[in-house]
Amino acid sequence: MSDLADAFAAAAMLIWSLDQDLVGIVLLSLRVTLTAMAIAAVIGLPLGGALAVFRFPGRSAILITINALMGLPPVVVGLIVYLMLSRAGPLGALGLLFTPAAMILAQAVLITPIIAALSCQTISGLWEEYREQLQSFAARRGDALATLLWEGRIALLTALLAGFGRASAEVGAVMIVGGNIDHVTRVMTTTIALETSKGNLSLALGLGIILISLAMGVAGGTYALKLAAERQRSA
Amino acid sequence: MTGLADPASAAPAILPLGLEGLVFAAGGKTLIKGITATLSAGSRSIVLGPNGAGKTLLLRLCHGLIQPTGGRIVWKGAAGIDPALRQAMVFQRPVMLRRSVAANVDYALRLRDLARADRQQRIEDVLTATGLRRFATQPARLLSVGEQQKLALARAWALRPDVLFLDEPTASLDPAATRAVEEIILRIDAAGTKIIMSTHDLAQARRLANEVLFLHRGRLCEQTPAPVFFTAPRTAEAGYFLEGKLFPQLRRVNP
Amino acid sequence: MMRWKLGEQAARVAATLALAIGMLWILVGTSPAWAEERFITVASTTSTQNSGLFDKILPAFTAASGIEVRVVAVGTGQAIRLAERGDADVLLVHHKPSEEKFVADGFGVRRFDVMYNDFVIVGPAADPAGIRGLNDAPAALARIAAAGQPFASRADDSGTHKLELELWKKAGVDVKAASGTWYRETGSGMGATLNTASGLDAYAITDRGTWLSFNNKGTLAIMVEGDKALFNQYGVILVNPARHQHVKAKDGQAFVEWLISAPGQAAINAYTINGEQLFFANAGKLGS
Repeated sequence: MSDLADAFAAAAMLIWSLDQDLVGIVLLSLRVTLTAMAIAAVIGLPLGGALAVFRFPGRSAILITINALMGLPPVVVGLIVYLMLSRAGPLGALGLLFTPAAMILAQAVLITPIIAALSCQTISGLWEEYREQLQSFAARRGDALATLLWEGRIALLTALLAGFGRASAEVGAVMIVGGNIDHVTRVMTTTIALETSKGNLSLALGLGIILISLAMGVAGGTYALKLAAERQRSA
Repeated sequence: MTGLADPASAAPAILPLGLEGLVFAAGGKTLIKGITATLSAGSRSIVLGPNGAGKTLLLRLCHGLIQPTGGRIVWKGAAGIDPALRQAMVFQRPVMLRRSVAANVDYALRLRDLARADRQQRIEDVLTATGLRRFATQPARLLSVGEQQKLALARAWALRPDVLFLDEPTASLDPAATRAVEEIILRIDAAGTKIIMSTHDLAQARRLANEVLFLHRGRLCEQTPAPVFFTAPRTAEAGYFLEGKLFPQLRRVNP
Repeated sequence: MMRWKLGEQAARVAATLALAIGMLWILVGTSPAWAEERFITVASTTSTQNSGLFDKILPAFTAASGIEVRVVAVGTGQAIRLAERGDADVLLVHHKPSEEKFVADGFGVRRFDVMYNDFVIVGPAADPAGIRGLNDAPAALARIAAAGQPFASRADDSGTHKLELELWKKAGVDVKAASGTWYRETGSGMGATLNTASGLDAYAITDRGTWLSFNNKGTLAIMVEGDKALFNQYGVILVNPARHQHVKAKDGQAFVEWLISAPGQAAINAYTINGEQLFFANAGKLGS
């Protein structure tokens, strides 16, 4: 397992020296994924909630589609977004291809179904619990939805975390729409792919360790937030 | 408690409530089999009956939570007012929002588009009246079931409804909490809100009822003033129920 | 009237929202990539990128011209496709027939020779096929086929792959028939294919640039080099602005001209790995 030892050493060296490139790559990765998560949240949370609370024709079809889209391969999403943003494509005039904006868009498309599906599940449970009382208050469905989204905020945070995890781990979508351009669209996962293709396996693994540590940091932070919220409630 | 009296100060009451041939069927079974009655202001109406008689269903139908499959519900006093805005309901198990006690009351009031100053005054009044003032900033979910039920009442009361429905509100409570809740119900009634409440607890019915609507197997057997009902009910089923001999599953009656 | 902090919840929500929006604003707004910059997009290949050439010569161009060069490095086929769609301003790949077709079809203005590097055949140190030191690449490949020794191919329609297929043709070997047996088609880039070859102790064809900077050689070593058939010519083409109006023709042309003139050519020749020159500038020598 000398490769693993080399990997840890490589990771430590990179962090210790606060390698400039690494810092830039990490910041860009966070920026892309967090922004994508924010966009997916703004769309997905209310969408999932609406599916839970409202009844309308085609609702089942939409639900099934969203659940299916959770399994979209990132590279397929990247390809579709590339074809949209390509100069030869419908949105080419926006000039977004090979920029972080394209990467954010692709990742947002990728994780919105996950957040919507998990939101729908959470809100469904809450709706069962609150439904009659909210109806008794003569709350309109829209108000009820807003209320449930707030009431379920802790559980919905987990949904966001799931989305963040999926986005920060994928390489297929950002590679195609970003182009892995040095200092412009190079993120952690594409760097790992690049170093692997150069045969720099220890370095690639070291970067992987850093990536996992970042993910753990985010998960840990979320857990702490939840704990603080629980503690506040029982104070 | 002047702020809580006279719920109809702004608009006339939506009462009387008329039930005309009310029918409800689900899952292939008819659960409410044609109920016709009138409930008027000024008396506490207790819907009484054995389990499975349809009490809960009836209340939900009247409150508008479910739609009847036949017949009508008419709020005869509601000229141009949405009757839904002048009613409130307290359920057997209190449903508390994940926020403070005061915020729970505030939530209901905000749905009525009240100004902030009005809301704060009403919250203060109901919490004081129900003895919950000292819990105002605490998370509502941390209260005991009895206190939560009191909060549900306070919340409903703050809306100043013309009619308050209660579906077996003390079924999950211990005797002390039950007493406290009944006290509050009486005060709400005194302030002018019509009480329509279901229970299967005979002693509670005796304490609270001005009139009794006795249900059995989805039918309204009788609607009788309380003193008469408890001494000389008009129907046989009511008589058996009062003696503790009515078994809803069986057609026969065990001696 | 008592203060029960009903507004506290609302205040908390507002604060959180403000914080989130503020963070987003900072993250989004202060990135250099969003600032107005002068840059061109060059579609090139992963092997060129991985050789490290761009890291060396592009800063020289940027210093001289003030134009940033953004390289999108993909397989040759994908690079050409990108340029056809107008997603790049300049195309720099190494497969002359495809490049000439690119120009003939009207996607490119004109093709110029830039430089060449060479390919080598690498294999396990034990050399079971017995090809070490041969000068004849097709003959070496024929020996590998005859011995049934594992060979890892990129099989990804890249310039490297196309050259490899031409050599097999010259050797008279039908590799399609052998696919899955001793002939392993990885469908990947050069580095990934070398990783596979290293893991399988297989033979492979690679460009010298990738080979020199490859860090997972295992027991692999260079077996055959120097055959003219292994030489790899690079061409640079400006994407036709008549075809795609938005192409940065002026800046792109500046880059093309720099590459094929003295400063660019000198920079190319100056690039070495471990003292070894990888690319040999030859613009204007063969004419095109």
